[in-house]
Amino acid sequence: MTEPLVELKNVSFKYDAEAAYALDNISFNIFKGEWLAIVGHNGSGKSTLAKLLNGLHFPLEGSITVGGISLSEETVWETRKKIGMVFQNPDNQFVGTTVRDDVAFGLENHGIERNDMVQRVTESLEKVKMSSFLNQEPHHLSGGQKQRVAIAGVIALRPDIIILDESTSMLDPRGREEVLETVRELKRDYHMTVISITHDLEEASKADRIVVMNKGELYREGTPEEIFQMDEELVKLGLDIPFPVKLSKILREKGLPLSRHYLSEEELVEELWTSHSKM
Amino acid sequence: MDISLQNVEYRYQVNTPFERLAIKDVSIDIPSGTFLAIIGHTGSGKSTVLQHLNALLKPTEGQVLIGERKITPEKKQKNLKEIRQRVGIVFQFPEHQLFEETVEKDICFGPMNFGVSEEEAKKRARAAIGQVGLPLEILSKSPFDLSGGQMRRVAIAGVLAMEPDVIVLDEPTAGLDPRGRKEIMDMFYSLHGTRGLSTVLVTHSMEDASRYADQIVIMHNGEVYKKGTPKEIFSSPEGLLKLGLDVPEVVRFQLKMEKSLNIRLSKTCLTMDELTDEIAAVMKRGTAT
Repeated sequence: MTEPLVELKNVSFKYDAEAAYALDNISFNIFKGEWLAIVGHNGSGKSTLAKLLNGLHFPLEGSITVGGISLSEETVWETRKKIGMVFQNPDNQFVGTTVRDDVAFGLENHGIERNDMVQRVTESLEKVKMSSFLNQEPHHLSGGQKQRVAIAGVIALRPDIIILDESTSMLDPRGREEVLETVRELKRDYHMTVISITHDLEEASKADRIVVMNKGELYREGTPEEIFQMDEELVKLGLDIPFPVKLSKILREKGLPLSRHYLSEEELVEELWTSHSKM
Repeated sequence: MDISLQNVEYRYQVNTPFERLAIKDVSIDIPSGTFLAIIGHTGSGKSTVLQHLNALLKPTEGQVLIGERKITPEKKQKNLKEIRQRVGIVFQFPEHQLFEETVEKDICFGPMNFGVSEEEAKKRARAAIGQVGLPLEILSKSPFDLSGGQMRRVAIAGVLAMEPDVIVLDEPTAGLDPRGRKEIMDMFYSLHGTRGLSTVLVTHSMEDASRYADQIVIMHNGEVYKKGTPKEIFSSPEGLLKLGLDVPEVVRFQLKMEKSLNIRLSKTCLTMDELTDEIAAVMKRGTAT
């Protein structure tokens, strides 16, 4: 984590008809190669933030810089090449009649040369383990498979950053895990920067860094350890506390000498094992 | 009103090359007042089962009893309106179905469609909007000016205003934040009690199923894999995990801990409180039963 890839400086935004700001004076950086989770209740401004990063809206005040380019209506086509977005509803992201066509769509739009295009479609679908579905109609796929095809469409364009805008919230547990595993691999193999917008705290607990949004403001930023220290404060913000943290807290209240709040079940079990075997 | 599915089979597009068996030999009893959760993967047949509960689908084998009515493959059903009024379904993302100019008109649409007078429908709309925890002023607003959470509540109020005996919920909390999820589920749970409803919850969330339901049915590959109380279902979590289904966090943790420490806790815990009491006891004693 060295140079900031995305810089937000005093960004404010409101939708036309609304009196209140959807985003109010937001400043933070996103670093190359990190997994940043943006969490917050429904209506906290996190999805608006994603739309601004991709130039679907522009800040009323303040500035956003992506890879050194200041984001504006003039540069938006330039910055969009750097950012790929996967939306919430798997049924809303298909344009092609087959999986292959769908992945090719974005490439065609960018005027990629045909040979290169064929190559990239194959590669991207392999990467998300959907190669055997090339000629399938998208509506026959499961939710998780659809989202993986959407991801293939994104990575075929070779962006630096992938934004997941609640991309797993409509999936069943298996679909959710498929998608997250795919993204973890991409981050590892392509050194992609991942911005995941979510209210799944388990998912956020695996990020490198978390930004907590509340009522359009940046409420807090920090590592998962730091953020989950907030405890009941998170519940007040309409969020939740991850299960292992909650469990270790109650165990301490019931008199077990645990040394800290645990972020993963494995760590907690290990601690219990250690103290159990000493007895 | 009791509902009973008896050896129900359903095939889509019978006698075509696209014929597909969706569910088979499904028997589920839902006596009046039950809170039942139906769980299973995408494609397990949950939605097909759901559509039999108010005769949107007619079984291709077996029969469905809905109150006094009997739905069989042979007979063409007439006059299903009464069933549709008495069994209200809240579909996934019900807010997508709002369409009227005002919230009041939207809520009144259902009851009036079933022959209720406008005056009575408005009275019901006022009651229903309170039951879903929204202020009366919202009745005169356009549903499209509301937040996502409010829109969902309005859509639910529309189903409640039909005054059903049975309410069927298809993933009612999808897409909501943790607080919204808890508020909606607590609301259904309290309506279930105060209005003496039967409630059928179709969900992926094992947490919700174990917290709210009296009975759980697990669907797998179009069949009932298991049914019972939450305790019965989750006392042998390995089978569910093998199917790739989740178990509640508490159950999963207990399993992990028992394996790692090579012990057995004295019972299957379903709540955080039970689990932490058990763990504390084991750790203090140093040995387990």
